[in-house]
Amino acid sequence: MGRTSSLSAYIVTRLILSLPMLIILLTVVFLVLRVLPGDPISAIYGGRAPLEVVERARAQLGLDKPLIVQYFDFMRAILVEPFARLLHLQAPTPDLGYSLKYTGQTVWSRVITVLPGTIELTIFGMLVAIMIGTVTGMVAGSRRDTPVDVGLRMYGIVAYVIPIFWLGLMLQLVFALWLGWLPPNGRMSGEFPKFRTGLYTIDSLLEGDLTKFLDAVSHLILPALALGIVISGLFTRIIRVNMLTTMRSDFVEAARARGIKERVVIYKHAFKNAMIPVITVMGLQFALLFSGAVLTEKTFNWPGMGTRLLTAITERDFPVVQGAIIVYAIMVVIASLAIDIINAFVDPRIKY
Amino acid sequence: MAEEGESPQETLISSLPPKMQHSFFGRIFRPLFEESKTLTGIMTWLGVTILIGFIFVAVAAPFIAPYDPEDIFVGERNESPSIDHIMGTDRLGRDLLSRVLWGSRTSLLIMLAAVSTALSAGLPLGLFSGYVGGRIDRALVVIMDSIYSFPGILLAIALSIALGKGILNISLAITVIYIPLYFRVIRNHVISVKQELYVEAARALGASRWTIIRSYITLNVIISIPVLLSINAADAVLTAAGLSFLGFGLEEPIADWGLDLGRGQPFLTVGVWWTSFFPGLMIIILTAGLSMLGEGLNDLINPLLRKERS
Repeated sequence: MGRTSSLSAYIVTRLILSLPMLIILLTVVFLVLRVLPGDPISAIYGGRAPLEVVERARAQLGLDKPLIVQYFDFMRAILVEPFARLLHLQAPTPDLGYSLKYTGQTVWSRVITVLPGTIELTIFGMLVAIMIGTVTGMVAGSRRDTPVDVGLRMYGIVAYVIPIFWLGLMLQLVFALWLGWLPPNGRMSGEFPKFRTGLYTIDSLLEGDLTKFLDAVSHLILPALALGIVISGLFTRIIRVNMLTTMRSDFVEAARARGIKERVVIYKHAFKNAMIPVITVMGLQFALLFSGAVLTEKTFNWPGMGTRLLTAITERDFPVVQGAIIVYAIMVVIASLAIDIINAFVDPRIKY
Repeated sequence: MAEEGESPQETLISSLPPKMQHSFFGRIFRPLFEESKTLTGIMTWLGVTILIGFIFVAVAAPFIAPYDPEDIFVGERNESPSIDHIMGTDRLGRDLLSRVLWGSRTSLLIMLAAVSTALSAGLPLGLFSGYVGGRIDRALVVIMDSIYSFPGILLAIALSIALGKGILNISLAITVIYIPLYFRVIRNHVISVKQELYVEAARALGASRWTIIRSYITLNVIISIPVLLSINAADAVLTAAGLSFLGFGLEEPIADWGLDLGRGQPFLTVGVWWTSFFPGLMIIILTAGLSMLGEGLNDLINPLLRKERS
């Protein structure tokens, strides 16, 4: 069997294995929002709405049905409905119902329009984290127990525990308010580029409009730094530990014995191998990344899934609240699947 | 008799009865004293000091805070730091220093509640799953891993919508996120301990299942708990602060760092930085202390790492 065919078999296996994960996550969401003793509808109305308003909202959402019926309706709408729509030659989207606040709008459209904002933020945040994390981790790991190592280890610990929102506010204060170098919040000051991917940096480049591109990038810098610096703390620690282990391994020793310069040993031999486990760990950090993104979005008033979820909660729009959380769950599953597949390509030791 | 060259701490420890040297506390405190001069030791002790400092502040808050955290000074809204108000006042004219000091009480309370509930649910689950193995174990692992892969703050938000606000509810909402953490670590530890020769020997001698779990496995596994606890405590403080910042945590007028920070945010644009800066700084100091303690303990207690270093 060739490598390609077994790789696709591996991908199919991973795809099938991610289904239970999705089902479990959806069940958890269902349990939390519908089964727990507290009732989201009355909680969301803050106990101030008249009984018939609450009752009407519950009936409209099917929350007056028996729980088991609700559960199967819920699962069917998310897992089966996309395929049913595909058969009718429609876009294969889950059925998340309609917004209570914005009548006529589907929850899916409310959520999906702000998804690119979150994706753009997390990609750039991740880039910042990887850049800072690899440099600091590599330097610390190759200079074990020196003052530089101690300092960078402290950086790793402290950066990771800085509350993202605090760092974001301080960055805003210094770079937007005091120095006036960068815009304090939002995604664009000027005109939006035409919606193609929804990632404004890419859309503006596709348009060939440099002003819009710079506008988009200048808005991205501070949020991406806030998100990236905090996550870089974790990367520093992981890469440092991996470097320490790799630096002691036989092939590094052998390279040194052959008289290869220490710099080359560190960069070409140790570092490349130390990075492989990092990809796996990165895959586990999507939870952290999305959590961080919610807080960053709120801090920078960044239009994304997190801000949409938070506004939906204040607007008492329960279907959108539920829908946003479901979309997050779907994204987590897709992200971990993607990392698994990337890993299979990068790491020759993975058997499939 | 102490041998020549031993530090006073070593003398103290070696004078303990052998049973205590190998007890739970002996295994933690021994390396802590033995290595107090090494980098790891210094880091750990720094963490311990910070934690004790915060516990002191939390307990003594009523005596050391200059004002009542809920007292409003009319006409002194958003005052910048001065002699009267060292950290300034907040948007309602309350003394920020007093609120920050009282806030450590809130943070430690939530931390204590969340960490102890997560432990008391995660430990037995992990022990059970690891020991029983088989299909139940595999199912539990998949469930726990799935929950763990979900963004914690979203789960906490969803739970706080369902449960409502307040210290107890917030702690509960945070607890659920961390049960998988304990489960995972404990379970993996159990799986590796289960294969040790001494467990095999105990089984061959006819020890009951309960005896094996209690005397052989649990006692070996709990050594990883202090590390887990301190790391988890740092995370719990951060998550609670995040929840409060987003407006799903605690409610006014409770003095809480995350809440004060969030309520101060709108005034940042007019240059009021102190209402955000100081509460956040407290969060960083406390969580950094807890992380240093966790990381240090991990290095000191973990026998594999110890072997590697020597």
